[in-house]
Formats: sequence, structure tokens, C-alpha cells
Amino acid sequence: MNDATVFLTQILEGKMQKVNLCETCSKEKGVQDPTGFALADLLLGIGAAEEIEKGSGTAQKCPVCGYTQADFKKTGRLGCSSCYLTFAEGLGTLLKAMHKGTEHVGKLPQRAFRAMELSDKMRTLTEDLEKAVAEENYETAASLRDEIKKLEAEIAVRP
Amino acid sequence: MKFATVISTAGEWLRGEGPHHQIVISSRVRLARNLRNRAFPGWAKKAERTAILELIKPRVEDLPDMQDSFSEALQELTPVEKQVLVERHLISREHAAKGVGSGVVMNRKQTLSIMINEEDHLRMQAIRSGLQLKQAHKLVDKIDSALESKLDFAYDQHLGYLTACPTNVGTGMRASAMLHLPGLVLSELINQVIQAVSKIGLAVRGLYGEGTEAMGNLFQISNQTTLGEKEEEIIARLSKVIETIIEKEHDARQVLIQKKPNTLWDQIGRAYGVLTFAHAMSSKEALNLLSIIKLGVDLGAFPEDRRLPIDELFIDTQPAHLQKSSQQKLNAEERDHLRAQIIRERLKVFPKPDISKLARESDERSTSSPPEHE
Ligand SMILES: [Zn+2]
Ligand SMILES: [Zn+2]
Repeated sequence: MNDATVFLTQILEGKMQKVNLCETCSKEKGVQDPTGFALADLLLGIGAAEEIEKGSGTAQKCPVCGYTQADFKKTGRLGCSSCYLTFAEGLGTLLKAMHKGTEHVGKLPQRAFRAMELSDKMRTLTEDLEKAVAEENYETAASLRDEIKKLEAEIAVRP
Repeated sequence: MKFATVISTAGEWLRGEGPHHQIVISSRVRLARNLRNRAFPGWAKKAERTAILELIKPRVEDLPDMQDSFSEALQELTPVEKQVLVERHLISREHAAKGVGSGVVMNRKQTLSIMINEEDHLRMQAIRSGLQLKQAHKLVDKIDSALESKLDFAYDQHLGYLTACPTNVGTGMRASAMLHLPGLVLSELINQVIQAVSKIGLAVRGLYGEGTEAMGNLFQISNQTTLGEKEEEIIARLSKVIETIIEKEHDARQVLIQKKPNTLWDQIGRAYGVLTFAHAMSSKEALNLLSIIKLGVDLGAFPEDRRLPIDELFIDTQPAHLQKSSQQKLNAEERDHLRAQIIRERLKVFPKPDISKLARESDERSTSSPPEHE
């Protein structure tokens, strides 16, 4: 376990601090896990409220589910998936302190994968179209426009 | 499948013999998923929760892996029945507190359990015997992939799967293993291990999850973070740490055999004596003593074929399982009597601990045999 990174979140003077140390360094500096097992819970209780407040300023309300900052402060839970958008700013800081990274690198649902493929395809077609127009290659441009229309229709029917 | 059928058979994970099953009781992987733009269960009103349950439940029941499943709305289960499922780790304590608008679907082998409207709309769990986190993940991942074509899961390009609690966002995955570590506890090394483990972003908990006491020398170890790391990476990291702990547990047992054989022998003898003759026993005392007997089986003080009856007692002596096996409602005192009675009966056919076996084992290991786990 010697080369493992110590991922430690400390609450110092009411502020969260993320410390990354290798095990040797953490021993040298005498760092002890101050929060024990319930790290996340403790974070949510103390840090969450403050971070969310800092990020979003005045009372914000999720347009989809009606959840407010105050609700989040009380429960440490969110109201719906859209809340992640509504409270994005404050959550960003919180997630950064809570997790190993800030970007999801794991499983991609097929649905999202397909959507990504479609948008990639759309980008390529649009670029090709611009090029064709610039080169006054109108026949190609026309057929590209047809393809784009088809693709737009395909994207539109997706849930 | 009826509830009575669930109760009558032990889950496959208890009877199974996965890798390192002497020390790793079970491996579990659960995935949290939610429907896009629908209020999470904790915020949804009763009508919306019910609508969500009615949307999800039939789709789960229709899965090929869920044929011949047990499926029930939670308000249809009695408190004792719910508690039985908790004691088998098929639903969480949080889920047992739920009623209208929540449900559970599990397969006959009890290797898959799907909670609907727990903290998230879906909590899907696979459980395997021994150290099989990879296999458990594969099992539950298949369920997830089958469901995502039928349900619109909340997913964000940057944040991954969106969950009610920000601690689960990303993979929505919690992988955990239940470890039996009497050697480390008896040699007072356990706190050192727990501290080291929590320092590297993993969590250690007691028998029933968050905030529960470690009884029966049983410890759950799981990943703490879910964002910024692939599922496979999380599982590989966790498995590596668990393998190290297994090694440390084996080492601790060897040291006890060689340096403190009398203490070890005394512990096993006392556990055997109390379990064989006591007439009242709390669930905590039972777990702690059964743990020592289990260690005795591992070390050869009891024959190997005595392992399953002991493993079964771990579950069967839990409060709700006792209550279920009795016809009338029991108070705590009556439960303690019944618990002691059941244990006495099962131990009747149990031979006395054989110290010579223990001694021989210690000789063998100290001279020739290489360590069991690299
Ligand atoms: Zn260093
Ligand atoms: Zn919302």
C-alpha cells in the first residue's frame, strides 16, 4: 500500500481542504483522518451548506422539481437530476472535495453513446457542407444538406 | 415466488465457495440509477413515487435474469419480513423503513436484488460468495445495460449518472466486501488496518453498513468515491486492498498459533462451552462467539464439514430470522432464550474442539508450507 495516494478531505476552520499525499508523506506530516468512516456524511452536514451558498448566491429553485438550496442544506440530498444543473456552481466545489476527480470516466449508457455518435456525425457533415459551399461544389452541398436533414430528424425522434 | 420460499432457502452466497471464502464472506456491487427529470424518492410525493414504481417494476420483472423472481411492494411486507431481508443484506435498513411507493425485486438464487425508490429510483445489487467483486459487477452491469434501453436514466456527460446524494454521482457504484477478521481483532491490529484503509479513500463499516457496530469480527470495506475513476479501476483498487488485508489476517492467525496458542485455545474452548450450554444469549454475544468457532473451523480445531452449520447460524440467530421461525411474537428475553436453544441444538452434533489438530497445523506452517496468499 506504500505507493497509494492518500485522499484526504479535512475541514479546517469550517472550510474544506483537499490534501493529496503519498502514505509516507502523510505519516511524516502526522496527518490523521479526522473524519473517520462517515467522511461524506460529515462533509454534507458541515461543508455542503456553506459551499452551496457560496456558489449560488441568493435563493435558487430547481425549475423542474422546485427544490431549493435550503432543502439541500437540510437533507444533503438533491431533488431531481436537474438540480445538478440548477446548483451546478456550488456543487462543483463540493464534488471536487468529495471525489477523486470532477469528470465521469466510467460507464457510458448506450443511449448517451448513440447521441454522442450522432452529434459527431452531425459535426462532420456540417464541416463538409461548409467546405463544399466554399468550393462552390453545389451538387455535393445539396446531397449533404439532405443527409443533415435526415440526421436532424433522427435526433429529433430520440427521447 | 413467495416470501416463504425466499426464507426457506439460504442465498447462494452463503452456501457458495468463492475465492478466499474463509475470510471474505461475500462481495457486493450496487449501482444507483435515476429517471431523468423525475423527483428523487426522498422529494417525490406519494403519487409520483407510486407512478415511478409502476413504471420501473414491470420492466425489472421482465428481465431474463429476473424470471421466477420475488417481487413485492414494500407496504405488502410485514416489519419482520423486511427485517429478514435486511439481515440477509438483500435490502438496506433505509429501504426497510419505506412503505407505499417503494418495492423490491430479487431473483430466486438471491444473487440479485433490485430496490425501487430507496434513496434513488433504482438501487441494483449483485452479491457473490467470497472475493468476487469483478464477477458481482459483471452481473449487475448486465442488469443495468438491459434496463437502460427501457428507462431514460439521468446521465450527464461530465458528471455521469446523477444520484440523489452527491456522494454517489458518477459511476453510482458502491462495491463492498464483508470480511471476517478475528485474527486481526484478537491481536489488536484491527484499528491500524482500519486507519490505513480509510486513509486511501475507502470506507470500513460494521455488519449492517453505515454507522453500525462491528459485531462478530465482521467488517465491510467499500469504495468511498464514485467520480473521476472507472468502475474497473475502483474494483481493482478495492480488490488489491482486500487481498492485502486477507494476507494480514492470515499472518495474524499464524502469529497467534505460534506465539499465543494458549490464548487462542482458551478463546475457542470458551466459545464452544458457552454456545453449548448457555440458555440465554443476545444477538451480539452469539455473533462474537460464533466468529471464534468459525475461526476454529478455519484452523482445523473443528472438522471442515461443520463450516456450513456455523455460517448458517450467523444468519439464523439474527432477531428477525428468530422471530420468523417462531409461531408467536417474541419479546427480547424470549428471543434470547430461543437463540440459545437453537444454537445448543445445532452444536449437539458438534465434536469438541481438537487441540492436537490446532497444534499440528501450527507445526506444519512454521516449518514448511509457504504463505497461502501472495
Ligand atoms: Zn511523497
Ligand atoms: Zn430538481
